[in-house]
Amino acid sequence: MTASMNRRAVLAAALALTAVGAQAAPAKRIVSLGGAVTEIVFALGAGDRVAGVDDSSIYPAAAHKLPKVGYYRGFSIEGVASLNPDVVLASDQAGPPEALEQLRRLGKTVVMLPSAPTVDALAARIDGVATALGEKAAGEQLVARIREQVAAATRSPGGQNVLLVSSRAGKLEGAGRETAADAVLRLVGAHNVLAGERGYKALSAEGAVSLKPEVIVTTTMSVAASGGLDAFLAQPGIAVTPAAKSRRVVVMDDLLLLGFGPRLPEALKALQDGLAGRK
Amino acid sequence: MTAIPGAMARATPTRRRANPVVVLAGMVAVLLVLMVASAGSGAVAIPFLKVPGLLANASPDGMEALWRSVLLEVRLPRLVFAVIVGGGLAIAGAAMQALFRNPLAEPGLIGISLGGAMGAVIAIVLNANSLWAMAPAAFAGSLVATALAYSLGGRQPGVAGVLLAGIAINAMCASVIGIFTTQANDVQLRNLTFWNMGSLAGASWAMLAWLGPWVAVLSALLIREWRAMNALLLGEREANHLGHAVKPLRRRLVVLAALLVGPLVAVSGTIVFVGLVVPHLVRLSTGADHRWLLPNTLAGGAIAMTLADWLARTVVIPAELPIGIVTSLVGGPFLLWLLLRKGT
Repeated sequence: MTASMNRRAVLAAALALTAVGAQAAPAKRIVSLGGAVTEIVFALGAGDRVAGVDDSSIYPAAAHKLPKVGYYRGFSIEGVASLNPDVVLASDQAGPPEALEQLRRLGKTVVMLPSAPTVDALAARIDGVATALGEKAAGEQLVARIREQVAAATRSPGGQNVLLVSSRAGKLEGAGRETAADAVLRLVGAHNVLAGERGYKALSAEGAVSLKPEVIVTTTMSVAASGGLDAFLAQPGIAVTPAAKSRRVVVMDDLLLLGFGPRLPEALKALQDGLAGRK
Repeated sequence: MTAIPGAMARATPTRRRANPVVVLAGMVAVLLVLMVASAGSGAVAIPFLKVPGLLANASPDGMEALWRSVLLEVRLPRLVFAVIVGGGLAIAGAAMQALFRNPLAEPGLIGISLGGAMGAVIAIVLNANSLWAMAPAAFAGSLVATALAYSLGGRQPGVAGVLLAGIAINAMCASVIGIFTTQANDVQLRNLTFWNMGSLAGASWAMLAWLGPWVAVLSALLIREWRAMNALLLGEREANHLGHAVKPLRRRLVVLAALLVGPLVAVSGTIVFVGLVVPHLVRLSTGADHRWLLPNTLAGGAIAMTLADWLARTVVIPAELPIGIVTSLVGGPFLLWLLLRKGT
């Protein structure tokens, strides 16, 4: 991603650090707002300290069984307060801002974590969570391992023309630049055929054909929304692409592929294997 | 557009009705009971009998400190906010139904709601998504849309011109919203969806300090027009003959409704149903005389919104439902029930 985004991520991390620095004891009861944050808490082995999560926290399965305080962009203030956390770990996309402000007024420590889809932001995210949990060493280890594995994964550039398709309610959308999808494709050295567009764009049948993708990458939820892989490939536009003709489609779990969580190295590995046709 | 005064005329007194003063007092009493009950329940379980003590004790400790701040910083502002938003939306709806002599009229008809939504969507897509940036943008949007609908439609004789111009302006606002929505990124899209479903979660005393008096003053100004609204029930020409200059009256009602609803849309998002249906509920039970219809609608809207917010907060603890969904989900069946009961 861009340099300015990296700077912002680092700044957010610095803010998170100062916020945590002010608080002495490691958190014992946590409410986590944002699936990416929850995944880190569990990856650091602190899943048993989580008192509640938001609706987007669907991995790991244990997080799914915890009390839910609503979707992290519109969570219930009183719901969070009722779980009596001593720290609230929130993605910087959690909100609305007024709700976070009210949590602070209730005397809750709120730690904001950067959500940008970059390796640097992921490192800052892990560091922020680890500091709040009092697991700084474990956090540093995890970051070092991820950086090393990501560096290894990105050493062999793929170079294919890839279209990343997401389909909610059966309507096809292609991922342009400035998306987590584009960032993942960049990391494995693939060429995003829709890099000329910004964000997710509705994909017309003609548009999909004219992009001539060699490989199509999509998510399990998108395939399910289309009614199975065959139905997905038979859709107008998709059906006549080089990728569909040679059935070169990589299907990956939504959160694994696009979540930029601690499983990023696994995601990159699986994506590379898929792109290279090793299954 | 033909006005359908039949439905409203039928609701005028044909049988003995309850004393309006008693009805209004009863509704205020119901509202107060509801407010107390709502204040006493929520995700954080606060023992009901402790509430007076908590409010009196300025420096409690431990669990009681949390209870007190939840009560004062989260629950009470939200409760007052629900009362203000519900009352304001409902009374503006009653005024619009009188102005257009149409039971389907509501503030959104002249562009107030979609204009506000347009302003908010533009603010969100330009990344100005704090309440202090979105609220002015939404207010400005609703005023511009309403001013356009009124000034362009008002050149036609009668109220139909304003109505048609409102439809055109609404369609244009909707397409501007569409254009900005296609430009929005993933995060902004989710913001838009949540804003659209309406929320009372942003309530703070600082906001209520200006919103409360604002709604109270504008509601009082609307209630002052009750005679003119009664005359409008007979028709515009008839109102004119009864000594009400219709054109200035129309302007006053549109301006008051826009000033009243604009800020409500700005701070709470689109909450449908209350402005449209609460006036009907009140009319069906207490008649169409605006002298009582307007204050009763004010109280009725406050009751409806307090009840909806109470349900929204408590049904799926510790999460909560968007309030816009609850108002329609509960209000729709209630209106049907009232209609069927009156029909027999």
